[in-house]
Amino acid sequence: MTAAVLALGAFLFVACGQDLPQNTFRAEGPNAELQKDLFFLAFWIAVFIFVLVEGLIVFAAIRFRARRREEAPKQVHGNTRLEIVWTVIPALLLLFIGVPTIGGIFTLAAQPQGDVLNVNVIAHQWWWEFQYPDQKIVTANELHIPVGRPVLLSMESKETPGGQEQFGLTPADAVIHSLWVPRLSGTQDIIPGRVTHLTLQAERPGTYFGQCKEFCGISHANMRFRVIAQTAKDFTGWVSAQQAEAAEPPPGTDAAEGAELFAQFPGGSCVACHAIDPGGEGASVGPNLTHFGSRTTFGAGLFPNDAEHLERWLRDPGRMKAGVPEGAKMPNYNLSNDHIQALVAYLQSLK
Amino acid sequence: MAAVTVPTRPAPFRRPTAEHGLVSWLTTVDHKRIGILYGVTAFAFFIIGGVEALLIRAQLTAPNGRILDAETYNQVFTMHGLTMIFFVVMPLSAAFFNYMVPLLIGARDVAFPRLNAFSYWVFLAGGLFLYSSFFLGGAPNCGWFCYEPLGVAEIGNNNSFYALGLQIAGLGSLVASVNFIVTIVNLRAPGMSLMRMPVFVWMTLVVSFLLLFSLPILAIGLFQLAFDRLFATNFFNVAAGGDPVLWQHMFWLFGHPEVYVLVLPAMGIVSEVLPVFSRKPLFGYPAIVFAGVAIAFIGFGVWAHHMFAVGLGPVANSAFAISTMVIAVPTGIKIFNWLGTMWGGSIRLQTPMLFSIGFVTMFVIGGLSGVTHAVVPSDYQQTDTYYIVAHFHYVLFGGAIFGLFSGIYYWWPKFTGHLYSERLGQVHFWLMLIGFNLTFGPMHILGLQGMPRRIYQWPPGMGWELWNAVSTVGAFLIAASILVFMANAVRSMARGERAEEDPWDGRTLEWSIPSPPPHYNFAEIPTVRSRDDLWHRKYAEDESGRPVTVVAGAAHPEEGDGEHDEVHIDMPNPSYWPIVAAAGLPLIGYGLIYHWVFIPVGVLLLLAGLYGWKIEPVEEHVEGASD
Amino acid sequence: MAAEPHVVMGHEAATATGLDNRKVGMWAFLGSECLFFGAMISTYLLYRNRIGEGQPRLGDVYDIPYTSVSAFVLLMSSVTMVLALAAIQRGEHRKLRVWLMATALLGLVFVGGQAFEFTEFVRHGFTFRSSAAGSAFFMLTGFHGAHVTVGILMLLGLFYLSVLGRLPTGDSLRVELVGLYWHFVDIVWIVIFTIVYLFPQ
Repeated sequence: MTAAVLALGAFLFVACGQDLPQNTFRAEGPNAELQKDLFFLAFWIAVFIFVLVEGLIVFAAIRFRARRREEAPKQVHGNTRLEIVWTVIPALLLLFIGVPTIGGIFTLAAQPQGDVLNVNVIAHQWWWEFQYPDQKIVTANELHIPVGRPVLLSMESKETPGGQEQFGLTPADAVIHSLWVPRLSGTQDIIPGRVTHLTLQAERPGTYFGQCKEFCGISHANMRFRVIAQTAKDFTGWVSAQQAEAAEPPPGTDAAEGAELFAQFPGGSCVACHAIDPGGEGASVGPNLTHFGSRTTFGAGLFPNDAEHLERWLRDPGRMKAGVPEGAKMPNYNLSNDHIQALVAYLQSLK
Repeated sequence: MAAVTVPTRPAPFRRPTAEHGLVSWLTTVDHKRIGILYGVTAFAFFIIGGVEALLIRAQLTAPNGRILDAETYNQVFTMHGLTMIFFVVMPLSAAFFNYMVPLLIGARDVAFPRLNAFSYWVFLAGGLFLYSSFFLGGAPNCGWFCYEPLGVAEIGNNNSFYALGLQIAGLGSLVASVNFIVTIVNLRAPGMSLMRMPVFVWMTLVVSFLLLFSLPILAIGLFQLAFDRLFATNFFNVAAGGDPVLWQHMFWLFGHPEVYVLVLPAMGIVSEVLPVFSRKPLFGYPAIVFAGVAIAFIGFGVWAHHMFAVGLGPVANSAFAISTMVIAVPTGIKIFNWLGTMWGGSIRLQTPMLFSIGFVTMFVIGGLSGVTHAVVPSDYQQTDTYYIVAHFHYVLFGGAIFGLFSGIYYWWPKFTGHLYSERLGQVHFWLMLIGFNLTFGPMHILGLQGMPRRIYQWPPGMGWELWNAVSTVGAFLIAASILVFMANAVRSMARGERAEEDPWDGRTLEWSIPSPPPHYNFAEIPTVRSRDDLWHRKYAEDESGRPVTVVAGAAHPEEGDGEHDEVHIDMPNPSYWPIVAAAGLPLIGYGLIYHWVFIPVGVLLLLAGLYGWKIEPVEEHVEGASD
Repeated sequence: MAAEPHVVMGHEAATATGLDNRKVGMWAFLGSECLFFGAMISTYLLYRNRIGEGQPRLGDVYDIPYTSVSAFVLLMSSVTMVLALAAIQRGEHRKLRVWLMATALLGLVFVGGQAFEFTEFVRHGFTFRSSAAGSAFFMLTGFHGAHVTVGILMLLGLFYLSVLGRLPTGDSLRVELVGLYWHFVDIVWIVIFTIVYLFPQ
């Protein structure tokens, strides 16, 4: 009891306002705003009932404690009027919550109006592919959106066969995932064989953390991503940068050697799984790397995109992310130090 | 025992006659002994599931925990859920059904004693089968609801053990539910009309019907999963037209009634304990009974509230939001009536009462957070986060486990014939209450701060540090409280004071017979004249409605103290066949996973067991066993 | 099956409802079975048009007259089951054995017919694995066939007991219980036959 009350108090004062990456109370979009408001409607009613009921129980337990030599209590069997009261009042309270709930359900399910940006989301075992069909660009794990504009996500769970077979690995499985950006919107599941939709909108520029929410296998915890909300101008700039062809490193540099290795590798090649093409032509077993150097993180939001982490990744991806080799993702190619240096230089040049 | 063995009986072994020792336990058909078997087994699984919980908490205490790797963590959280639901709360409830229902309705045993033994052995076989996976390449790793196609897709036999282990355990529960329905419908003592039955018996009946109608749906889902895994069928194969959402419908059509299967027995126990320790009859008995039945009915119409984020469409989501809110009304009725029971009573805050009050107060929290899930838009945020984890632990731990502990303490003197240490009992209660709230209270906050469930690691910088640490501390406090309970139990068995027939001044029939009850329960089957029959044999009410003691034997003279030592009652004989038949099932399971040769062996064992069982009583009319 | 434990002590033989425990148990079990078949029928209704590319559908491979005849055979077995029960209740044990055997044989004809039908379907490429519809069809009809098979085993068991002289007239309830099960399985087939065969799409 005491602990519950303490937790409740702490919850009120600490949880609500904190500026945490995935705090649902720091709503930055209309969905999250509506969801938060409805939560608090139900929450305050719950607090009222909580205080009333728990207070009465504790009061009764103390007030009616047995005392020595007390005569036995009156044997009351029930009271019909009371029964009716405590059936009807909760029902009315629920009606009070139920009506705005249904309103909220339909608001959130409505087709977005106005200048809608379309993005196709492909959820993979354990990373995110974002396709912008109208802009003809493909990116991974970092979803750029313009502020103030509704973004309609059309989401599928698909795994592309190919690539893995040349290394004797079984392809990954399309399983259920769920896309969640707590500060922008509640979750929507992504189910193999269906296309589901979610409308995202951010009111302010910023980086919002997201994460897969439906258990999807060994590396479920490592399926994160970021939503980067930009002003209309920044967003347009980002789009045109992404539409550009991949950078060609000047001959003779490490990066140029890396580019060669990337395309033609002893025992296989990177391009068997990773496309270098702004429109997404080529393999999509792994993330499209056309403008990899422009991303802030890699490995589905896990690691900062810097030379040190890239090096460690190329040396042994499985040590960095659970399920990557076993789950038929990126095997350890036992690359030499020189090869790793060259590939890192190339990847970083892909701005 | 007047067991007469006909020499020509075509059986491989003689009917067991042992009354003590291992064989007597393996062959027992006595509902009290089977109840104890259920209880002890469930408690052993509780320890295992608890260790799994501590591993989970240890891993999540700080960012990037490294105690478990991802795969092990996924197996451990899956098994924690499966264990606590199917192998702790369900069998612990079954332990009470077994031990108490015949005593509460004035019967000598359940309707089908050997079927009852069979239920237990099947349940145990399912549990051992499932746990053997740890030694055979890995335990299930798809979560307790094993969403497809993940469960099919995962390589290894892990999730085949899930599909077949739950199938076996489920069969045990199904058989038991038939048994208890028949027992309660048919074996009530004369005068024990339905509306005179103790609420615990009512809740047993309701739970049995819930299981009867929900388990077959799970069985079909599990068969489909097993067929997809073992025979490459297409139930959840999208490429060939399968639909992963079908599994979710099937699973939750079972899974939501299952929630009430887990919590209604505890509600029944609380409804027995509160009146005794308030020295007042249950307030609004008919309302509590009807609320329980209503919960069961509505419980079949709320399953899709587990699936709000699937995208079933706004109409479906609205309908299930409303049905979910509706089910809060009968739940509230129960809580208010319990409050009414305590109100104006003469309350003794002894351990069973403390746990019952703990149940009510914690369950209220779980119920209220449940209402916030029914607010669908807010559930889009909460679903699959630690907020959900907090919610269902308030319902299933703060609810079911507190209620079951209340029952354990309440009936402990009846089970064992010994009293326990009240002081240790109170220490257990307060430690557990504080530990419980420290563990699960902060999870509400974690969930709303964006921590998803089922992640084996979380990164620094998310702001989840404090509450995860607090939660882990709480988990170890719970573990400490369980140690206190075990110490109390051992102490009571070793040198606890002898318990009288009626240590609590109880109201129901079980307190009219010795502790522990004799083999045959009642020397003479009682005739019931009212609800709380024993109470009314002890007390009459004066004009102001206060109880006054009745002179012994004055009210019902024919119920004078029976000469217990001299009665000689034929009871069902022990039998080997239930355990033989049950042993066949895991063999069939291993056969399906590994090599077909085990299948005929298992089938033969099962059929031999059933055949021996069927043929047995025909020879031995004296023994009086049926089924 | 002897008397009930609570009956032994010279107490009145009646149960609280006056119904035999085994009968109440059988009804409860059959209630559960309704959900068991209900879940499979629902799956089939959901999946019956989910056919992979180039895979045959049930409508392409089945033979309505053939299945109608086997359905009729199964229905007739309910009649012989009723006659068997009537026989034991009148104490006519030879007739009882005749009708029990007849029921079991009719059941066997049905199961054999189903086995033949299955091999035909598989030969035409409609299998347990060919499509989601195939999986759902074979699961539903297969579990029904398994139920009929269990029923046949119970009928043969009764026949055997009767031959040994261990099925006295007073034990007619055992025949009645198997009868209940048998009629239930027949009724389920009527539902399956209607849904699966008569309205295939």
